[in-house]
Amino acid sequence: MSSTKYTEYDAYAAEEAASGTAGGETQGRIFDVGGADWDQVVAGAEEADDERLVVNMGPQHPSTHGVLRLILTLDGETINEVRLVIGYLHTGIEKNMEFRTWTQGTTFCTRMDYLAPLFNEAAYCLSVERLLGIEDQIPERAQIIRVMMMELNRISSHLVAIATFGLELGATTVMLNGFIEREYTLDLFEEITGLRMNHAYIRPGGVAQDLPSGATSKIRDYLDRMPKRIQQLRKLLDANPVFLARTKDVAYLDLTGCMALGVTGPVLRSTGLPWDLRKSQPYCGYETYDFEVPTQDTCDVYGRYLVRMAEMEESLKIIEQCLDRLQTVKGPVMIEDKKIGWPAQLAMGADGLGNSPRHIAHIMGTSMEALIHHFKLVTEGFRVPAGQAYVPIESPRGELAAHVVSDGGTRPFRAHFRDPSFVNLQAVPAMSEGGMVADIIAAVASLDPVMGGVDR
Amino acid sequence: MSSEHPEQRAEQAADQLPAQTEEERREQPVVRRGMFGAKTTGDTSGYGGLVVRQTPKVSTPRPYGGPRGAAEPGEFDEIADELERAYPDYGDAIERVVVDRGELTFYVKRQHLREVARTMRDDPSLRFELCSGVSGVHYPADEGAELHSVAHLLSITHNRRVRLEATCPDADPHIPSLVPVYPTSDWHERETYDFFGIVYDGHPALTRIEMPDDWVGHPQRKDYPLGGIPVEYRGAEIPPPDERRSYV
Repeated sequence: MSSTKYTEYDAYAAEEAASGTAGGETQGRIFDVGGADWDQVVAGAEEADDERLVVNMGPQHPSTHGVLRLILTLDGETINEVRLVIGYLHTGIEKNMEFRTWTQGTTFCTRMDYLAPLFNEAAYCLSVERLLGIEDQIPERAQIIRVMMMELNRISSHLVAIATFGLELGATTVMLNGFIEREYTLDLFEEITGLRMNHAYIRPGGVAQDLPSGATSKIRDYLDRMPKRIQQLRKLLDANPVFLARTKDVAYLDLTGCMALGVTGPVLRSTGLPWDLRKSQPYCGYETYDFEVPTQDTCDVYGRYLVRMAEMEESLKIIEQCLDRLQTVKGPVMIEDKKIGWPAQLAMGADGLGNSPRHIAHIMGTSMEALIHHFKLVTEGFRVPAGQAYVPIESPRGELAAHVVSDGGTRPFRAHFRDPSFVNLQAVPAMSEGGMVADIIAAVASLDPVMGGVDR
Repeated sequence: MSSEHPEQRAEQAADQLPAQTEEERREQPVVRRGMFGAKTTGDTSGYGGLVVRQTPKVSTPRPYGGPRGAAEPGEFDEIADELERAYPDYGDAIERVVVDRGELTFYVKRQHLREVARTMRDDPSLRFELCSGVSGVHYPADEGAELHSVAHLLSITHNRRVRLEATCPDADPHIPSLVPVYPTSDWHERETYDFFGIVYDGHPALTRIEMPDDWVGHPQRKDYPLGGIPVEYRGAEIPPPDERRSYV
């Protein structure tokens, strides 16, 4: 890039210069250790704080949630300064999305925040739908399924947050219990979408396919079991003296700090502000569901834990309402507009992959034009009118939004994700500088960052 | 080019594109040539010679309306009115206002960006206390304003959102930093610098954040290749994504 001319390093030049001047006059400034100010230097070094220790924590460290690197300047056990280094998991997802069709974009963005894949998909698809101007045409059943899947995902994500939280503070029992419950949630995802993670289930225009038969009864079983299991987790942690000592009044961040640093999600709600986009700027029909926004006013790690626990219980309520609605609301799960909607009435094949027998019979047997159209829709994709859209949703970690720009083509011109983990991580120095080194683990854990989302 | 057809008329009105004479239209820059992406093989459709011209800078006239539509004055007009009242240089600072898909965008001249943001944050009737983020978009065709810096502001007090967009040319990629107003834009601006090369003046430590420190180039610019290697699968060779056929 730069036009600076580099001269080759000449190993002999210094030697020749040295022999040339040997015996002769020494040129240039002379440095020796006999100067008058040497005593001052020594005295200055003695005065300086030699307890200062720079510790490099990460990027490979079990309690940094992936590849987060913290550079700590310690004075004994006290943290004087924290610097965060990210970028170890940068995969260029946003750039890659510019080279795929709008529908293929879901396959990429689902991999960003890998604990909340359905939220990434939802934020992206809602943005694309706003660009297409089809927000009102999404079938009701698709919206209900989206809400249900997102709430299941919120539970699984919060379970990991609390499980790793426990692990990082030394409680292996909490970790095992949390991960067991998460596994049940992932089983449901596998049943419904075919994959435990990275589903690409929510698509522009609706969802990839309807719920398989038997899924609702499995979700009912899940709803029966979960309240007891959450209660068990609460018994382990809520009043646990060790847990309280590690979390109460630790990593304090009040409302002013949250506003300045752009922190959202459970961290913001632990300061007492009931700001939840599901209530304040509803999407996918959240305004029609009955649920509370749990808050705490302690501004500390314990408050954030309590908010997450209460949110899981609220999510269970929403899922129950979704199931009730799904019993009565039937119909398509993909937009009727044939220019956008992919076939979504899929049957399960012998190898587990779904296809739509009726659609195949139609395009292969009766209509040449339908075959051409299907081919164009899948390979070329649909065009999206030029413009930009920014749709925020409430992910388990805070405001997740996709800023999507179209130039009128079949691919995103630019897709940027405002990932809550990325923003919330900026609050770590504010939360932990001046505190004890052990508390930074609790501080990072209470933010629940996912590096896949941070680095994208 | 004003159409007699009611549907087309409605479409034009919806796009906020004023009807133009053919001479005016021919002076507009070309936004797209051809169709269906056929550039190498024989295109027998005739659409290959299609030339689409468009005004690059769309500007919405008043009333701006609100998120639900622009039929009558709404909260977007309130925001614009309050900003006009609170910021004396409004006429000079705001290049144009675009209301599209229920979202309000102020195109702010870059030298005014920080003060406009400060007014947006501090004025009680505006009170956009939270900055959701800053990101960049690279429009190589937008001559003299290739790089756009986009900030999304959120007012929790009034439950509103607004977008501030500032542009800078490739030759002089400088935009004032929003960090003094919104500390949260620290990492966002580092990321935008990293990916687009926009230099945010006044940023406390503008260094790369995602790419390695010694990386050359800014990867999300349109002139930066995606990279990738051809992959062989069952005897056929599949080119990397940015060399495949495109339909743009």
